Order: sequence, then structure tokens, then C-alpha cells
Amino acid sequence: MIEVRQLRREFRVASKKGRFRREYKTVVAVDDVSFDVAAGEAVGYVGPNGAGKSTTIKMLTGILVPTGGTVRVNGVDPARQRKELARRIGVVFGQRSQLWWDLPLRDSFALLRSIYRVNSSDHGKRLEECVDLLELAPFLDTPVRQLSLGQRMRGEVTAALLHAPELLVLDEPTIGLDLESKERLREFLAGLNRRGTTLLLTTHDLDDIERLCPRLMVIDHGTVLADGPLAELRAEVTPERVLVIDLREPLNLPPLPGVTEVRSEAGGLRHHLTFRRAETTAAALITEVVRHVEVHDLAVVEPEIDDVVRRLYARTSAATDSTPDVVDL
Amino acid sequence: MRVHADLIIAGFRRYSTYRQAMLAGMTTNVVFGLLRAAVLTAAVRTASGTIAAYDIAATYTYVWLGQGLLGFVLLWGDTTLATRVRTGDVVVDLYRPWNLQTAMLAEDVGRAGYAVVTRLVPPIAFGALLFPFRWPEHPLTWPLFVVSALLALVTCYGVRFLINLATFWLLDNRGLVSFWNVTSGLLCGMVVPVAFYPGWAQVALWATPFPALLQAPINVFLERDYFSLAHQAFWAVALLVAGHLVLRRAVRKVVVQGG
Repeated sequence: MIEVRQLRREFRVASKKGRFRREYKTVVAVDDVSFDVAAGEAVGYVGPNGAGKSTTIKMLTGILVPTGGTVRVNGVDPARQRKELARRIGVVFGQRSQLWWDLPLRDSFALLRSIYRVNSSDHGKRLEECVDLLELAPFLDTPVRQLSLGQRMRGEVTAALLHAPELLVLDEPTIGLDLESKERLREFLAGLNRRGTTLLLTTHDLDDIERLCPRLMVIDHGTVLADGPLAELRAEVTPERVLVIDLREPLNLPPLPGVTEVRSEAGGLRHHLTFRRAETTAAALITEVVRHVEVHDLAVVEPEIDDVVRRLYARTSAATDSTPDVVDL
Repeated sequence: MRVHADLIIAGFRRYSTYRQAMLAGMTTNVVFGLLRAAVLTAAVRTASGTIAAYDIAATYTYVWLGQGLLGFVLLWGDTTLATRVRTGDVVVDLYRPWNLQTAMLAEDVGRAGYAVVTRLVPPIAFGALLFPFRWPEHPLTWPLFVVSALLALVTCYGVRFLINLATFWLLDNRGLVSFWNVTSGLLCGMVVPVAFYPGWAQVALWATPFPALLQAPINVFLERDYFSLAHQAFWAVALLVAGHLVLRRAVRKVVVQGG
């Protein structure tokens, strides 16, 4: 579905030197990025501001030409065949609207139908499905300028899907939404992915990834820091997990194999046992603990996804010192 | 084609939601029409009844047609595309499988269609009812006036499109817009008829697209000349071609240089 090889994008940034002189400086926004996305996948693309996420998305959709490397989306070169590609993929820019501000939502959908030349029965079927799943019915006839952000985003996602794209690219789709709206949107996107639409989304909200994307790509300073299943990345960067046990009565625990740190609370009633994945499993540790003491309750705590990403950033932030300043369109 | 028809309807509907704005615009047009008519007819009277073949009735007709056409061709106040370029929303426009220039023209035709009812007809009706008015003598003048008004619309759109596109390079085109607002009225025959200017200035002006925006349809309506139509047709095409080429450069700039 997506094939990216040694992708590179530079920007020339002018800065004023004196009254007339200008100095140009080349800033690398994306540097040597390669990845593949297969049909039906759901991939999360995360990174801090200015990491190169939006620049990559713009190259995937043909709005920017790469300085180097190749991009193939659905088998075509996006920059050369932007319009053909536009008919086959859907794009949602979380901070840009593709709806007509002063017209009812329904009218925007009708206009998009003629712009994308979708036949009316297919269009009707898809619209009905989205109206149903995203509960658009109450505000279909409301002008877009009067919609709440949550309602508008549901409209934006629908607008991107009406021409039945095989790939949906979402640039920060949940930005600014409240928890309930986020959850509703995620649920819809998850369903969409199950029914076969490939998803690629950039986000700052790591819950989006946790909920939607089995695969995570982390980018910073224009290079991919990590790419793989969320669970693997977690194991790789945060090799430790924590077992929390509550005892019936306060007790000190004996030394346990594989445990690197013990922190006790409530006068010995609660213990946090940090252990290395490589050395023992949660099951083995629990068995060992139960043999020594009477356990009231226990829980295994996975490191937060934020933690995983923070560690990934930290791992390489020392390597480079120039922060690419990406000029956003 | 289908797309453009739908966009024309959308343009009509978009503007029809702003009724108060239209009403305010219409009132302003009429009030300024009264002012302009008072000044110009006073001048014509002191010049013993005619200036450059404009008598009192022709002068009133010139003023009211101008006041009506002003809102129809939308001489001033179109910043939609410039704003979208500045905010970056233009990415969405560039990404769509459509021709941005003709799509926006279609929406503008829809807007103008609504303006016929709310901006073009009221000042003309107001003037025709209350002041001396010069109606066309030949029936053929009516369809020619419609053609001329449409050409004025396309020409004006062509100019506005270019001014808006300048934002791709300037980032802020407000200076250019102010310059346009000040000069266009003087040059397109809005302040006084182009025929009032000295001969050399008239020749110079008719070598530019300015008279095509306002003076030309008025000339056709007053049956002064039909050369205006050819002038308009030339500039309508020339400006659309220029807009097409500049848009291509703008897209190239965005796509290759990254905005």
C-alpha cells in the first residue's frame, strides 16, 4: 500500500542578515526514512513537534515533492499523480477543514460526491453507513460553522471516506477533542480498519495508538527511531515491569529471583516489585511470592506508552543537536 | 462540467445565508449612489448639460449601473483564497481532484447569481424609478448587456484570483489589496466615466483590463459602443490564462520548495 525508500526532504530557510542580505540555510525535515505499510494495516506515526511527521504525510499525499528517495502509494508516485491518487486515498487533516464553512454538512458531502465523481448509489450507501456509525443525523442539516469540534471531526472523517479510499491518512485526528468524542472516533476507525481500510495516523495522543494501531513508528529529527509492534517496542525500551502485591498482613518479603527493586508502602502491606522481563515472568514471580506469603490482591503494571516513547526520544536525542525547524504549510 | 454546475449552486447558497450582509451592502450601494449622482449631475449641469456625450439621464444611468455592477462583479473584498493560503488551508484545496481556478470561478458565478437579485437589480431599480434614466433603444442591447456583465465578472474574478495568488509569495497581500482598492475605482470608470479623461489617458486605460470591469457593460447598456465587448473578451481570456500559469507556479513553489 505504501512504500517509502530513503525518503529525504530539505527546506531552504531564509534569514535576514542586515538590510538587504539574506542567508539561506538548509534544514533537513525528513532524513533517510524507509518503511512499508501493507494493505489492511493500522500504523501509528508519532514524534514530537517538528519531528517530520506532517512533512512525511505531505509527501505521501503528493503535496510535497521529496528532495531524495522514493515514495509509492497504491503503486503511484504521489507528487506526479496527485489527482489520481486523491481519488483513491482519503486524508483528514485534523487542523484543516475540507467542509464548506457556510453550508449544511449534507451539502459538503454532495459537493464532494461530484468533485470525486462517485456514483450516487455508492455514495448514498457509504454516507448512510457513516451517518449511522458516527451518529451524524442530528446535525446533517446544520451549517458547518455551527458544529462543535467533535461533530465537525466526525463530518471530516466522513468526507474523507465517501469516495471509498483504500487508505485513510489522518493527521492528528483527535486533536482538541474531549474524551468521549475521541473514544467514539477511535471506535469508528477501529471498525473501519477491521473492514479492510488501511490506516496511517499521526498523533500526539498515545491512547490513539494504544487503541488503534498494532504497529507504531516513532520519528524524531527526521529519522525513524523505532518501528514495530507496540508490545515489542515496550519490551525493548522498558525491559522492566512492576508487580504490585497487597498482603493480608504487613510483612517483609524475602529476596526473590529476578527482582531488581522492592518498594514497600503502607507499613509493609503493599509492595512494588520491579523485575526484568528477560530474567523472570510475571507468572513465575507470582508463584514464588505466593509460596512465601498470603496475598490479598495483585496486579502487573505495564509501562505507560508515554514512557516508552519518551525513552525512545531520549535514546537518540543525544546523538543529534540540530533541531529541524519544519515550516508548516 | 457537473462539478461546476454543483459549485455554482453551492456558491449561490453560501452567499444566500448572509442576508444581513447583503442588505447592508445593498443599502451602502444605494446611499453612495445618491452621493455620486449628486456630484456628477451637478458637474454635468454646470457644463451646460453634457460632458463627453453624457447628458443628465445618461449620467444617472451610469451611476446606478455602476453601483449595481460593483457588487455583482465583486470589485472589492474577496480575500477567501488569500486567507486560505495564509492559514495553510489551501493544502486541502490543492489536494482535491479538481481545477482550483475553474472551481472557484464556478462558486463565484453562483455568488454573482445571488448578487443579481440583491446587489445588481435594487440600485438600478431604485435609480430608474426616482431619477431620469436612459433605457436601451435596441432590444439586442439587453442580451449584449448580459454577456458584457458576465465578461466583467470573469475579468474581475481573473484579477482577484491573481491578487489572491500573490499571497503565495508575499505571505500577506494586504498592501496589494489596499493598492487595488484605491486604484481600481479610478481606473475602471467607477469614480467618473472613462470618457471624462483626456484622450491620451483613455487610450492608455483601454489598453489595460480596468475598463472591462465596469465601464464596458455600462457602455454597452448606454449603447455608446460595442468595442467594449471585444476588449472584455480579450482580457477575460488573458487573465484566466495568466491565473492558470501563476497558479501552476504557486503549486510548484509549495510542492517543490515547501511554501
